[in-house]
Amino acid sequence: MSNVETGADVGRGNRPLSPHLQVYKPQITSVMSAFHRITGVGNSIGAVLVAWWFIAAATGEGAFDFINGLLTSWLGHLVLLGFTFSLCYHLCNGIRHLLWDAGYGFELDQVKTTGIMAIVAAGLMALGLFIVGWAN
Amino acid sequence: MTMLTPRARVRGLGSAKGGTEHWWTQRLSAISLAVLAPFFFIPFAIALGKPWVEVVSMYKHPFNAIVAALFMLAVFHHMRLGLQVVIEDYIHAPALRTGLLIAVKLGTLLLGFAAAFSIAMIAFTV
Repeated sequence: MSNVETGADVGRGNRPLSPHLQVYKPQITSVMSAFHRITGVGNSIGAVLVAWWFIAAATGEGAFDFINGLLTSWLGHLVLLGFTFSLCYHLCNGIRHLLWDAGYGFELDQVKTTGIMAIVAAGLMALGLFIVGWAN
Repeated sequence: MTMLTPRARVRGLGSAKGGTEHWWTQRLSAISLAVLAPFFFIPFAIALGKPWVEVVSMYKHPFNAIVAALFMLAVFHHMRLGLQVVIEDYIHAPALRTGLLIAVKLGTLLLGFAAAFSIAMIAFTV
């Protein structure tokens, strides 16, 4: 009844507070969820670079050579490396989210299994893209 | 006792004037992107790092051009919806929040249109 006495949020009664992020043990569920957002924001930066690349290609050879030079520099390669992993993770974990939206895979063991599957698939997918990129 | 008119209750829209539209379009764009992803990223990975003449000739192919233009439009739509939620969740200062939401909405519209238009330009003219 302490909440009623203090007058703060009368309706909630004596229910426990939601566990606070800083004292709650990180788990595959919460960490993967956070990474979905982080990679989503990261992919936004990648999307801007891809758009820039296309716009430059339409503008002309000079504009294209500039962005191509940026992306093929060592820093550009580092950004592309991160972008590839970020993208593959967001895609694989996104499919997991779509399955949840359709009503599948809510059991705790399934959530863990599909989580590991998404991470492994994302790693393989990124590796595949690197091979395609390097071989050509 | 509800303050809604019978018609408003049937439509299921509250004072936000929007129901599941945001959620639903985010999922639709996600499915579109997941399906298009291999058809966009494999040619893109091949083209990346190649000289201008080769990149342009690759994207003159109608399949590559159409997939790339659709992918860019879907990407920036999906990005707008995602970044909107992130801003709404973490940015609480009203002016900054509204400013960022407007910037994201207009910025993604501009980039999506400019990228799709550029791909069409490559296919038709360059």
